[in-house]
Amino acid sequence: MITIARPTWRWDPWREMDRMQREISSFFTLPRPRRAASFPPLNIHSGDDDVIITSEIPGIDPGDVELTVTGDTLTIKGTRKPHEVKDGETWHRRERGSGDFFRTVQLPYTVDSGKVQAEYSLGVLRITLPRAESDKPRKIAVTPGK
Amino acid sequence: MADTTKNLEKAPAQETALAERTKDRPVFMPPVDIIEDANNLYIYADMPGADEKGVNITLENDVLSIEAQVAEVNFDKHTTTYAEYGIGDYRRAFTLNESFDRDKIEAKMKNGVLSIVLPKSEAVRTRSIPIKAG
Repeated sequence: MITIARPTWRWDPWREMDRMQREISSFFTLPRPRRAASFPPLNIHSGDDDVIITSEIPGIDPGDVELTVTGDTLTIKGTRKPHEVKDGETWHRRERGSGDFFRTVQLPYTVDSGKVQAEYSLGVLRITLPRAESDKPRKIAVTPGK
Repeated sequence: MADTTKNLEKAPAQETALAERTKDRPVFMPPVDIIEDANNLYIYADMPGADEKGVNITLENDVLSIEAQVAEVNFDKHTTTYAEYGIGDYRRAFTLNESFDRDKIEAKMKNGVLSIVLPKSEAVRTRSIPIKAG
């Protein structure tokens, strides 16, 4: 008897359709990640009184990141150090990026720069930017006239 | 600016089997640096969001598999309005062409980067035959 070995994976149109359908339905739950303008990629989470920006910057020293807030603009600046090759070392693969990075984000309001918080854990930078008190919308009561 | 543009987008992990994962979330292929010296092989993988408890490394039949679970982060009073990166688990596997001392493999996780040191086995280190110029 002759048996022909088949590859374990074959292109299956039904499976492809199913995958596409799942992809489309996921459009409605979360914004689909779009290509980042530059490194590091940012996600923005908006709240009523503040905005949280998270960014994946693995393998840096928190001291190597510089954050500045002026008015409504946030600037993230830093360096990701490359691996220093010693004698007798050879590369097999080099896929991780390194070098200087710089990004600016303009927020829809003025930030209370004194209350900005930033923490770096597990390679993710998380910045909380509260809206300045003076910039918050104020409700004006309408009194009935006579 | 150096080559930071390389990892602008997380690549999806390669499908290895027809079976689906039980968790409905994306799986990414972490970018890696692999370096070799006389005694060891070093693997560095960028897996932001994963901590040491969620990482699983297995070496079976010369295939080294790296898997990492990323904990869900909740933004209870916030809605994600703009996203440039997706959140999901990581998976990648490599075929190693040399034998390594399994018991001495070391791995650590720091700031979202997994480092693995695979010491070459004594047999491999002594097997290499020097070739003389004739």
